[in-house]
Amino acid sequence: MNNQLDKTMPLREAIRRYVKNGAHISIGGFTLNRNPMAAVYEIIRQKITDLHLYAHSNGTGLDELIGAGCIAKLEIAYGGNGKAAPTCIRFARAIQNNEILFEDYSNYMMSLRFMAGAMGVPFLPTLSGMGSDMLTTWGFSESMRLSDPKIVNKKLAVVDNPFGNWGGAKKVVAVPAINPDVTIIHVQQADIMGTCRIKGLTFADVEQAKASRHVIVTCENLVEKAVLRENPDMNQIPFIHVSAVCHVPFGGYPTAVYGHYDYDAQYLKQFAAAARDENAFTAYQDRFIFGVDNHEQFLKQVGKDRLEAVAADPRTGYSVNMKRD
Amino acid sequence: MDYTLKELMTICAAREIKNGDIVFCGTGISMLAAMAAKNINAPDSVIFFETGAIDSKLEDIPLAVADPRIMYHTSANGGLMEAFCTMQNPMSGARIVGILGAAQIDIYGNLNSTVIGEYEAPAVRFSGSGGACDVASFVSRSIIFMKMEKRKFKKKLDYLTSPGYLDGPEGREKAGLPPGGPDKVITDMGVMGFDEHTRQMFLIGCFPGITPDRILDNMEFEIRTDRAVEIAVPTQTELTLLREKCDPHSLIL
Repeated sequence: MNNQLDKTMPLREAIRRYVKNGAHISIGGFTLNRNPMAAVYEIIRQKITDLHLYAHSNGTGLDELIGAGCIAKLEIAYGGNGKAAPTCIRFARAIQNNEILFEDYSNYMMSLRFMAGAMGVPFLPTLSGMGSDMLTTWGFSESMRLSDPKIVNKKLAVVDNPFGNWGGAKKVVAVPAINPDVTIIHVQQADIMGTCRIKGLTFADVEQAKASRHVIVTCENLVEKAVLRENPDMNQIPFIHVSAVCHVPFGGYPTAVYGHYDYDAQYLKQFAAAARDENAFTAYQDRFIFGVDNHEQFLKQVGKDRLEAVAADPRTGYSVNMKRD
Repeated sequence: MDYTLKELMTICAAREIKNGDIVFCGTGISMLAAMAAKNINAPDSVIFFETGAIDSKLEDIPLAVADPRIMYHTSANGGLMEAFCTMQNPMSGARIVGILGAAQIDIYGNLNSTVIGEYEAPAVRFSGSGGACDVASFVSRSIIFMKMEKRKFKKKLDYLTSPGYLDGPEGREKAGLPPGGPDKVITDMGVMGFDEHTRQMFLIGCFPGITPDRILDNMEFEIRTDRAVEIAVPTQTELTLLREKCDPHSLIL
C-alpha cells in the first residue's frame, strides 16, 4: 500500500522495489488471458530467484517464470496454456525433475484462499475436494512447513461443522488464507493513483490484489482520474490497495487483453516448441527476454505484423480473423 | 452416412444435455458438445465457464476457458468466485451438468488429471485439477470424455483429483460430499453409465463395429456388458448443425 497520489513509475523500478528474491508473489489473469507479461519478463531480466508463486490457473506467465528458474515454490490449481500446451511444458518438466516444490489445490480452493486473505480471516470453508487426494497428498512436508513462518502449518484441514448439520454438511474443508508480499496484475485502464478498470472477466484479480501487501498494476491505458470517476460502477480495484502503477501498452502480450488484443496463438506455439528443447529455449530467451531492455523493445522484436494480427475487433473484443490452429 | 469418431462422440455427449440445463464447460471436445446441444437438441441450455462468463454467445468457438471469445455478449461477466458460487449453491448448482476429461478413470468414475507415477518427481505431470475437482465435488451429474486404453481405465488411480462415487454407493456421503456424481462416460468405442445400486461403471452401448469384448480388452478392470446395445449414429441434421454452426473452421473436429 502506498498513499501517494502519483504512484506511476517505470516497470523496472516497480519490480526492483517490490519483488525481492524469495518474495511470495501472485500474478493475475488466467492461463492465456491478461497475464502481466511485461512484468513477468522484467522479473526474468532482473534475475530474481527463489520466488514463491501462488496462482489458480496460470499458463503463459507461469511457464516463463518456471522456465527462467525464478520459482522455487509453487501453490497452484492448474498449469496449462490452451491448445499450444494443454499442460505447461516447463512446469511439467520442473515437477518431473524434482526442481521445484509444489502443492496442488483446485481453482475454487485457490480463489477462496485469496478471498480469505482479502477478508483477513485465517481460512474459509468449502465442500470441494472431500474424498480427493488433494486432502491427503502434500507437496510441502510438515517439517518444511513448520520451519518457514511464511508457510501455513497444514495444506488443508477437514473440520467439523461448528453449526451441526446446518447447510447439510457435517464437516468442511478449511482452506488457509494467502497474503502475498506482492500481486502483479495487468488491466485495461488505471489512473496515476491506482484505481483500476478491468474489462471482460476479472478472474480472481480483485481478491488477489486485496489480499496482498503490495500491488503492482500495469495498464494498457493510463487515464485521467476524472475519466474513471465518471463511471465508478465499472471500476473494480480502488487505489488504496495499489503500490505502483506502470503504463505498459501491450503489457499483457502474448496473452489476451479483452477489448485490446487477442492471445497470440503463434507466439504461444513457438514458445511451446522452444520450451521442449534446452538449446532452443535458451535461444528463445536470449532473443525475446535477455536480448531486449524492456517491453517496448520486446514488442519490436515480436514485430508489427503479429501485433496487428492480434488487434481486437471493436465489436467482439477479440481478433475475429486470427489464425488459431 | 459419413461421420468421424469425434463427431459421433460429440453428438453422444450433446444428446445427454437437456433443455434448461446449465452446462459447465471445459475446453476442446467438451466445449463443442455443449455448443452442439445448444444448436441441436437443447436451445435453452446455458453454457457457463469457471472463469466467470455465463451464457456466452459464442459466435466463434473458444479454445480455452479464458479465451476472450467467451466474454462477448454474456448475461454477466464476473470472476472465479461468481462462477464457483453459481456451481456450488444448492439453488443453481442442482441444474448444472459438468463435462470433464481426465488422464485416468476407475470403476467408480473417480478421475485423475494430476500425475502418472509418484506424486513427487512423477513419470508424467499433467495440468492439475483446475476447476475439475470443484465440478466433480458438486454438480448433480457429469459427463466424462475418455479414450479407451488400458492405462487410462485403471483399477487404481495414481492420484484421485476429482471425486466420482469414491468407493461405492455410500462413498460420497461418507466423505461429506453432496449427492450427484458421474452420469456417462463417452469414449471412442462406446458409452458407459453407472449402476444406480452398485455405482459401478457398466456398458450402455457400443459404437457401430465395436464389440463389448473389444471394449473390455482396453480396460484394466471388468465392467458388466449384459445391458449393452448399439449406439444410434448421428443423423444428417445433427451432423450438418455440428459442422456448419458449431465448428465451421474445424478447429476441434
